[in-house]
Amino acid sequence: MSNVPTSMNLSSKTNTPNMLPAKVKMRMTAIFIAVLGFYLFSSYKTDASFLELISGLGNMPLLLEEFFPPNLSLFSKIWPSLAETIQMAIIATTIAAMLCVPLSLLAANNIVTNKYLYNTVRFLLNLLRTIPDMVLAIVFVSLFGLGVLPGILALIVFSLGILAKLISETIESIDTNPLDAMRASGANSVQMISFSVVPQVLPQFSSFVLYVFEINIRASVVLGLVGAGGIGQVLNNQLSIRAYPNAMGIIIIIFILVIIIEFISNKIREAII
Amino acid sequence: MTLQLPPKPKKNNVKIAKRVAIAVALVALYTWTFMGIDIDWARAVDRMTNNFEKIIPRLFSPSWEDFPAVMDSMLETIYIAFAGSLMAAILAIPLGFLAAKNMTKIPVLTALGKWVLSAIRAFPDIILAILFIVAVGIGPFAGVLAIAIGSTGMLGKLYSEVLESIDKNIVEAMEASGANKVQILFHGIIPQIIPEFLSYAIYRFEVDVRASTILGVIGAGGIGTMILFANINRNWEQMGLILLVIIVVVTVIDVISTQIRKRIV
Repeated sequence: MSNVPTSMNLSSKTNTPNMLPAKVKMRMTAIFIAVLGFYLFSSYKTDASFLELISGLGNMPLLLEEFFPPNLSLFSKIWPSLAETIQMAIIATTIAAMLCVPLSLLAANNIVTNKYLYNTVRFLLNLLRTIPDMVLAIVFVSLFGLGVLPGILALIVFSLGILAKLISETIESIDTNPLDAMRASGANSVQMISFSVVPQVLPQFSSFVLYVFEINIRASVVLGLVGAGGIGQVLNNQLSIRAYPNAMGIIIIIFILVIIIEFISNKIREAII
Repeated sequence: MTLQLPPKPKKNNVKIAKRVAIAVALVALYTWTFMGIDIDWARAVDRMTNNFEKIIPRLFSPSWEDFPAVMDSMLETIYIAFAGSLMAAILAIPLGFLAAKNMTKIPVLTALGKWVLSAIRAFPDIILAILFIVAVGIGPFAGVLAIAIGSTGMLGKLYSEVLESIDKNIVEAMEASGANKVQILFHGIIPQIIPEFLSYAIYRFEVDVRASTILGVIGAGGIGTMILFANINRNWEQMGLILLVIIVVVTVIDVISTQIRKRIV
């Protein structure tokens, strides 16, 4: 008797056997409910109500009126700060690229055979990557005063973690056969590194440096919000005096700049690899 | 026996010209950079010698009595990141399908989808947060929206790449046996993409936790608000604690998320 209603309920799909065992299904449902529950809780805690968003959309015309038309005529005036942003990113990326060479060698387990040293360097790199760039900028601004120097330092520290991790992974995955062959034919370690390791790693290295440069451009744009130089500082000033058309103009100019730089960097990376 | 090196490859003139051009461009770029940047080293060194003692030792002596308050803000940051990433994980699905060549057969739409996704990616999270603060007011909700929109750009791109690499044989076999579009989607495509979609969504949550720690600096909720006040009040002991909490929480979330992703894929 008890089987009848169930089979009736399933009659539409009785032909397709259930792919997943009941236990897996139950676990998946539990996970789904947990994720959804935490989402609802998070929304509640962050006041994320879509009703508010939709009612906020009613203010949209007003908002657009405030922001638009964006004042793009600022370009010639803000160009020096924009250039400063790019220059900060270039300097920081260059220095980080230099510093990361010894660091990434230390963090590669086929170069450093000492397990403790390897793990310590790895741990330090992971630590570097968890500190947000803005926090670094805040601390450096307090240390060195307003200007580009704290911004550059923050970018160096921040990008060093990413770059060293990516490059150490590349070094770990190199083909060691050429190394062995060179050692067998009597090459010394400098020769081995310059003729076997470097050619294998160089394309990846350049590609990662360009990638980190893109990240740094985006990061350096906002560092100015805490006083660390560049266009962000101008943006912050315009926002604090509620000059929204100017702010929107700056945001659009930043947006175009980032797209252009990413496009160029992508083309170079494609050409390298 | 005379040892002889193999003949050197002939130099190609075009190649040499290219290299010279690249070298000139690089030199020009760096000249422009170093001419343009202007750092007042004397003042910076002066300030540092004055401030070093006032800041660095205090950063390393965190004020533990603030721990409950800091943890509270950190939790808010996690809520922002979670709500934002989940929203993005859902929003990115239609965009991913739109931008995938083999799903949307119309090239114009695919290009449009790809363009929208890369346009979103070009905006730094903080700039998005600034825009949303003006739209919905100061508070964590602006942060959630900034994270949600910001993450959609990257997730949509990754999703579209997953979709472009699915096994088409299964889809063709289903088409041949007379399955309709909905059946193909649910039984042919979705089972293939779910593990990777989930894995990317969890990875993005990891990134978002890091990104949302600073949203509060401009008023979009979370622990960034505390960073801002600790900075204004020169409360470096509290800043030290905040940094410590961020490092520990982000590391723990990274480890958990890596474990989950390993099991899924």
